Amino acid sequence: MAKSGKPKLAVWKFSSCDGCQLSLLDCEDELLAVAEKVDIANFPEASRAVVKGPYDVSLVEGSITTPHDAERIHRVRRSSKLLITIGACATAGGIQALRNFKNVNEFISIVYANPQYIETLNKSTAIADHVHVDFELRGCPINKYQLVEVISALLNGRKPNIPPYSVCVECKRRGTVCGLVSHGSYCLGPVTQAGCNALCPTYHRACFGCYGPKETPNTASLSALWEASGVPQEDLVRLYRGFNAYADAFRKESEAHEQ
Amino acid sequence: MKNGSIKVDYLARVEGEGALLVKVKNKVVTDVKFRIFEPPRFFEAFLRGRSYNEVPDIVARICGICPVAYQMSSVHAIENAFGIQVTGPLRELRRLLYCGEWIESHALHVFMLHAPDFLGYQDVLQMAKDHGDLVKQALELKKVGNDIVNLIGGREIHPINVRVGGFYRLPTKQELATLAERLKWAMEFSVKMVKFTGTLTFPDFERDYEYVALRHQDEYPFNEGRLVSSKGLDISVPEYEAHFAEEHVEHSNALQSICKDSGAYFVGPLARYNLNFDKLTKTAQESARSAKLGKTCNNPFKSIIVRSVETLHACEEALRIIAQYQGPETPAVTIKPRAGTGYGCTEAPRGILYHRYRIDDKGKILDAKIVPPTSQNQKTIEQDLREFVPPRLKLTQEQLTWQCEQAIRNYDPCISCATHFLRLDIQTDET
Repeated sequence: MAKSGKPKLAVWKFSSCDGCQLSLLDCEDELLAVAEKVDIANFPEASRAVVKGPYDVSLVEGSITTPHDAERIHRVRRSSKLLITIGACATAGGIQALRNFKNVNEFISIVYANPQYIETLNKSTAIADHVHVDFELRGCPINKYQLVEVISALLNGRKPNIPPYSVCVECKRRGTVCGLVSHGSYCLGPVTQAGCNALCPTYHRACFGCYGPKETPNTASLSALWEASGVPQEDLVRLYRGFNAYADAFRKESEAHEQ
Repeated sequence: MKNGSIKVDYLARVEGEGALLVKVKNKVVTDVKFRIFEPPRFFEAFLRGRSYNEVPDIVARICGICPVAYQMSSVHAIENAFGIQVTGPLRELRRLLYCGEWIESHALHVFMLHAPDFLGYQDVLQMAKDHGDLVKQALELKKVGNDIVNLIGGREIHPINVRVGGFYRLPTKQELATLAERLKWAMEFSVKMVKFTGTLTFPDFERDYEYVALRHQDEYPFNEGRLVSSKGLDISVPEYEAHFAEEHVEHSNALQSICKDSGAYFVGPLARYNLNFDKLTKTAQESARSAKLGKTCNNPFKSIIVRSVETLHACEEALRIIAQYQGPETPAVTIKPRAGTGYGCTEAPRGILYHRYRIDDKGKILDAKIVPPTSQNQKTIEQDLREFVPPRLKLTQEQLTWQCEQAIRNYDPCISCATHFLRLDIQTDET
């Protein structure tokens, strides 16, 4: 607790696009109210002021991709009572985990003229692969209202109400016509966790898996359906290899179709 | 400080991870390093082998602050490769989406990241204690910008509605109309924003920069135009790489760009303003004048006024687009992939964002190149600090460090973009 008696919140960044922590600043209607209830003690994107730890809640964005970060995350864990990971990078390695399927040295030489200056690990990995995580909030990006729900649940000592069911449930609730059934679209909705309020189907496009695998996803059955309609193996691999490519269920399914 | 160093290990109120080190010996700055230690993410590498239609969604993930810019540069580059031009109401909707991103990004930077420096606060929450109404209105302005991106793009961070050829779903006239009332308020508030930023105190600091921005015959630039500079460059977008090169330096995970003929250059709001003042709306021009801003400005600290002027322009432009909107017949033009190379450059809130893609006849990406605004400004930022520090060595270490940070924030650096970057170290050798 800070001197003010308010719980101390810290925000940490690892390899990421900054979008998930920006979600906090994007809570235009809630930001000042949140700041009344918690002491935003360490949030470099928003403030120069740093209050020393330990912190009651740490929000961690980004994946582990460098030897330095693999060590830094342990320091963050030690200074945090509760550690919450936010977004696909932190919960599954993010889009940069596409390197995990290739040789990273080849990647470095494609982008950088002097590869010897670049220090990076072979794999981009989720925070939970390195330290104990108290709660994972999914999404690429996270849903800001889910973030406010997680913070307020933790402050009140209850479990966050974040449903683990699929995007399909959200589509049915919104009354959105099913693209997979009616147009045979390559929709990842049946195997993807809800949280976006079925955004893509509502915008007339197929879900591409921003929130990662739902609880107990039947990816094999979905792939079989697509195979039957003639989708090439190469495309199946690509479908599962997006922002959550290294989440277990998606990784295994993509590997099953790699030739 | 005669000898020593200014050191900031983790620069705050910028997007991403960077640091600064300024070394001073006998009152002379001997070294300036604007370090980018944000881990590299290799976007150009993993775009290879992906389908053209996945590109706008993938490149959005380079930056959570300006995903629309990445989506816009990529769709323009890919359409260029396929020989397609998106015109009419679809082009107008793209401009509207970009207005939304400029409004939210500029409101974020002006009030939440930069203004606290001028007023002596650590952050916007501290500032809100003394300037509550202003901060509340700033948040409302940001929200108006975000709501445009939300409606046209589907969500404010990593929008899902942009595709090569147009959009997946078109907004209805009614949905757009609901934005108009709020935009009218936003426009009125932007006039106050220009006035407010015009009253701030600015360090006396000017340099002879080479500004580079897009220039379009009829419009203040968003998505197209020729690349022009204040020193006479005037080229088409595909000629970019013939005139600009990227260097890989040891202290940075971001490649630094230079103009092959003249070295460091300056992109972003100040560059756009200096090269396109005549294309701003009359209200924006008058508002700039009333804030005592000339047609050109060479003080990077005043970029905070220029961002406010651009916000006003974007509100007005958004209102114009909404008032004239006639829904297109289809949400996107038909795409036929063909083999080739495409070039695209658009004006991200922080400056020009260049993309180039080589694509095969099935629409598969063979090769990609992305040059974000922050990489292009890196060298200019370092040069600014070399000149900014020496006359200010009488300041305390704490004051000088803060002012150096402020000088970096003039550029609204986006480090996540630049690595696809930043820490501040000011080191003093006590001799």
